[in-house]
Amino acid sequence: MTVDGGSGLDLSQRPSSRTRTDRAMTAVMLVCLLAVVVPLAAVVYTLLKNGAGQLSAEFFTADIPTISRIEGPGMGPAIVGTLLITAVAAAMALPLGILGAIYLNESSAGGRLGRLIRFMATVMTGVPSVVMGLFVYVTYTLRFKQNAFGGALALAFLMLPVVIRTTEEMLKLVPDNLREASAALGARRSRTVLTVVLPAALPGVVSGCLLAVARAAGETAPILFVVGAATSVNTNVFREVNTALSAQIFANAQLPFEGAQQRAWGAALTLVLLAFVITLIARVVTARFALKR
Amino acid sequence: MTDTLHDGLADDSSSTDDAPVFVTSDLSVYYGAYRAVRNVSIDIRQNEITSFIGPSGCGKTTVLRCFNRMNDLIVGARVDGSILYRGIDLYGADVSAVEVRRHIGMVFQKPNPLPKSIYDNIAFGPRINGVRKRSELDDIVERSLVRAALWDEVKDRVKASALGLSGGQQQRLCIARTIAVEPDVILMDEPCSALDPIATGRIEELMQELKSDYSIVIVTHNMQQAARVSDRTAFFTVEVNPESDRRTGVLVEFDSTKKMFSNPADERTENYVTGRFG
Ligand SMILES: Nc1ncnc2c1ncn2[C@@H]1O[C@H](COP(=O)(O)OP(=O)(O)OP(=O)(O)O)[C@@H](O)[C@H]1O
Ligand SMILES: [Mg+2]
Repeated sequence: MTVDGGSGLDLSQRPSSRTRTDRAMTAVMLVCLLAVVVPLAAVVYTLLKNGAGQLSAEFFTADIPTISRIEGPGMGPAIVGTLLITAVAAAMALPLGILGAIYLNESSAGGRLGRLIRFMATVMTGVPSVVMGLFVYVTYTLRFKQNAFGGALALAFLMLPVVIRTTEEMLKLVPDNLREASAALGARRSRTVLTVVLPAALPGVVSGCLLAVARAAGETAPILFVVGAATSVNTNVFREVNTALSAQIFANAQLPFEGAQQRAWGAALTLVLLAFVITLIARVVTARFALKR
Repeated sequence: MTDTLHDGLADDSSSTDDAPVFVTSDLSVYYGAYRAVRNVSIDIRQNEITSFIGPSGCGKTTVLRCFNRMNDLIVGARVDGSILYRGIDLYGADVSAVEVRRHIGMVFQKPNPLPKSIYDNIAFGPRINGVRKRSELDDIVERSLVRAALWDEVKDRVKASALGLSGGQQQRLCIARTIAVEPDVILMDEPCSALDPIATGRIEELMQELKSDYSIVIVTHNMQQAARVSDRTAFFTVEVNPESDRRTGVLVEFDSTKKMFSNPADERTENYVTGRFG
């Protein structure tokens, strides 16, 4: 069919290899999409199928049975442990990481120290979590025994480089002409950073940081040997062994007892929900700040 | 009754041959190893409008940004020669660029509103200078917006984001923001390039108004505008080194606007202002 306005002008789509390429690429992308979605859906399905039945108020609050063979709930100490360890880790890593990123992007101006820090952060991103756990074990746990703070240290070390790099990327996205606008009005650099650059970068910084936190919340290796395994709630970060969901999943899933395995499923689902909630908060915060722009 | 606060200033402006606001001698600006402008010597006078004209890339913006040390923010930018601001070496060792910018305001070539509300954009500068009282800020915001010919368009939505304004409105907001801090000198980099003739006329009126209190330097590509509003005009051009193919901005001529447009000394100026450039 041709589109003809009577003037001999033809604006209709010409049959060409582009149309075919377009279709083919769309098909390829659909396949890719499926390849991503199917495993994800499978994971969520399995988790829900096996874990949903476990969740109950009691499951969230009761102590973990000391005898693994016993059936029935109890992951309270692990939930408290995960929340505590992650919160303490975040409290250490986020301020440090964000300040570090501000130094890298706003102050160092391509200086030697800045480049060194950036390089170290990149290297640190590549350190496996088990190595980080080992490091904390050698430097902290051997002296102060297993406790939640050791786990928080390890998680903080894991979060720090991620927080630095994502925050720096977000700060880089803030256009220089905003910094100039602020400076031209007589603002000091500190004021420019606090009242112009950070607010402009905040949505990205918040979501980047919370994703780092959510990832760290699921770390298992460092928790296993620097936190230990408690079966009752321990809110003291610096004393006595503690536990976390990830460690409980690891321990319980290996046991041959039905009860332990059910608890492992429940813990797994709880952990995913926790990460989901954190991500959700990231989304909400981002959206709120985005509205203001 | 005379305003005692401004007595001193009023006296200064009545005499035309007092010391210039800026004395620029032999100024060269480098971006890294590249010399963008060389050997510029210009005096900017109190209560006058000085315009910079010249072809694109000849270094008008570059020179303008030296006057409030904006080039400090660019990594690798370096200034040679000297600029005296009211007798003080602007690039002297103990001069704070932040202090300098509180006295010398700037409107940029591209509008750059902060991602805040219209109100907060204008209150930003006064707040830095310690104005905290709500009523006082309200006053400043309204007065600045009125002077920049933007009040009528935004009076119902001063709390709305400044990014929602049109390009021309944003530029007027930037002008309002600059005059809100009542600087001593206002540097304007093509402030009207995104404005319609009516807004342009309003800004030109504003400049004439501001002239009695401030000194203004304006970069413009609009020859009529330079001729209309300015007292003195500086014409810059680009020199191309035939061997290295390096382009360097130079000051060709600097004189009263009348002379520059009617009877320039340099042939290149004449060609440019009569439209026979290049
Ligand atoms: N940040 C920078 N880094 C490197 N070179 C620059 C920078 N800013 C400007 N230049 C160069 O300096 C020269 C002068 O630029 P400038 O912006 O001052 O020109 P201009 O006269 O304002 O031009 P226009 O009329 O197009 O705005 C140009 O060759 C430009 O490429
Ligand atoms: Mg320019």
